[in-house]
Amino acid sequence: MPTSTPVLAIDNLSLEFPAYKNNVKALNGVTLHVNPGEIVGVVGESGSGKSVTAMLSMRLLPERSYRITAGSLSMLDRDMLAASEKELLQIRGRDAAMIFQEPMTALNPTRRIGRQMLDVIIHHQKISAAEARLKAIALLHDMHIASPEQVLDSYPFELSGGMRQRVMIALAFSCEPQLLIADEPTTALDVTVQRQVLLLLREKARQKGTAILLITHDMALVSQFCDRVYVMYTGAVVEQGLTADVMSNPQHPYTQGLLSGLPEMVEPGQPLMTIPGQVPNLAALPVGCTFAERCAHSMPICAQRPSLNPINGNEQRKSACWLPVKELS
Amino acid sequence: MNSAVIHAVTDMAPEILRLDDVRVRFPVSNDWLGRPRGYAHALNGIDLQVRAGETLGIVGESGCGKSTLAQLLMGLVAPSSGTLNWAARSEGQGSSNVQIVFQDPQSSLDPRLPIWKIITEPLYARGHAPRGQMRDIAARVAAQVGIRAEYLDRFPHQFSGGQRQRIAIARALSSDPDIIVLDEPTSALDISVQAQILNLLAELQRARNLTYILISHNVSVVRHMADRVAVMYLGQIVELGSAAQVLEQPRHPYTRLLLEAVPRLGVPLQAEQVAAPTELPGNRRLPEGCFFRERCSLCTAGCEKPQALLGEEPQRVRCHVQG
Repeated sequence: MPTSTPVLAIDNLSLEFPAYKNNVKALNGVTLHVNPGEIVGVVGESGSGKSVTAMLSMRLLPERSYRITAGSLSMLDRDMLAASEKELLQIRGRDAAMIFQEPMTALNPTRRIGRQMLDVIIHHQKISAAEARLKAIALLHDMHIASPEQVLDSYPFELSGGMRQRVMIALAFSCEPQLLIADEPTTALDVTVQRQVLLLLREKARQKGTAILLITHDMALVSQFCDRVYVMYTGAVVEQGLTADVMSNPQHPYTQGLLSGLPEMVEPGQPLMTIPGQVPNLAALPVGCTFAERCAHSMPICAQRPSLNPINGNEQRKSACWLPVKELS
Repeated sequence: MNSAVIHAVTDMAPEILRLDDVRVRFPVSNDWLGRPRGYAHALNGIDLQVRAGETLGIVGESGCGKSTLAQLLMGLVAPSSGTLNWAARSEGQGSSNVQIVFQDPQSSLDPRLPIWKIITEPLYARGHAPRGQMRDIAARVAAQVGIRAEYLDRFPHQFSGGQRQRIAIARALSSDPDIIVLDEPTSALDISVQAQILNLLAELQRARNLTYILISHNVSVVRHMADRVAVMYLGQIVELGSAAQVLEQPRHPYTRLLLEAVPRLGVPLQAEQVAAPTELPGNRRLPEGCFFRERCSLCTAGCEKPQALLGEEPQRVRCHVQG
């Protein structure tokens, strides 16, 4: 797959939010690629820059609130950072769609589901309202919604959370985008509903060849759902690779810490492994490795920032750490 | 695993609280005379014992009545029928003392109070401690949860999420409560902070023989922390027993469904029964017979009758097929 053009290519992107005293450096050299048809996960804690990356990919951050200091971002070979508002209106929804965490706030509460879906379909496709309605019904039917006509005539508040999120997915697929960005799509849902929503999302994406960029903080969810994963910390990728490799053999101490902090990893009642300290302030990042002060393996060389290097010459599997590669255990 | 030993200990421990057939219903939309037109049935017959020094985990989906149960224990909601029996306290002083740690420490701490006042608020409200000692008590409790004494005059906004949750725990501890209700204590926190808070809670419990009621939708957190687990569905307990039994060998079909849906590391998603109904039936009009009947794969003759919680304590199940 590396030979085909990536749907989303972010290269060495740095972004800061100007603030009164120190600018908040939200992204510090993010490199991330999504190839056609693959499901890529981005995991990280709050403040790791995962949502900023997602929002910026669609240029949804308020203009002039941020400053790009380095790097590039292109979607389907188009420079997203230079795109005009008119171009963006064409790209958003048609080439790339987004699903948000809370479907209640993403849908307009004062308009019926049908109106909201038809708006999107008619904006991007030259079809009549009647045809668009049929298309909306077909889309909802694909989401295993039993009575699509009834859903189209209801307001968002009349639907349950799982149902609303299914409507959002149907809406996202309405123009058959090449990329779907899902920012914590199931955090607001119960586990049984989460499972159903994820299955529907994957089924539809595989069927249409859509690539998915899934932003989440749930390691278990990533391990179940994604082909590849990027682990982010303080606005940079610290580790990447095939999901199974990263989960079974994490190389970066941060990834190791995240995984061993999960309650699943120890016998009930035993103390959990913790990462000491807390995420550094993004307005005053250390010069060297940003994880050094919380890291058990910290060395003198950690005063210099490590680059994201391939592990054993594998271009798909990278880690940003000075430690020598840990052998497979 | 020494769960058998732990279990034996909790069996012998005295009961602090017993709930007998507790029901809570809320009136919905009044008619012109102010009489309720209908009721939302939040809790439908809860029988439960809480023993000293144990952690009772409560799991279930949204709408199953977990939060109403928490409010009931706090005394914020009165039962419509049934009784809460508190074991008399040794000092014989007045009401029971239950404290709560909420999900989001951002909104549960008063932004205008310095944290030493936040921590001692329960004491202030109960009026048992002399004013002059408040600060000392706050310092002592803060030290136990890992907040340094220098920080006592700071305000909540000067702390990180994990530290705020520590302050909320200190507040719950300060009045020496019988029971601490933990309502999703870590779901607003990051994974690395979650581990710190769970360790702190376990440590405090060991040191002070605290009793926790842990309400969570995160099954792995409950499995890690709880001695006993109650699985709730539509205001009823459908399975109750030791955590090891219930979460490793679930018998009620709903518990199985819930546990299967929990994402697990390294286990790929299996695509079966995508279209299975995933929603709780409404609680305005309760279903007849077994509440889980419509979603159940084992549904047979006999399910149209109301189900009782069958079996003995290591594992009780509200299902006549599995019971």
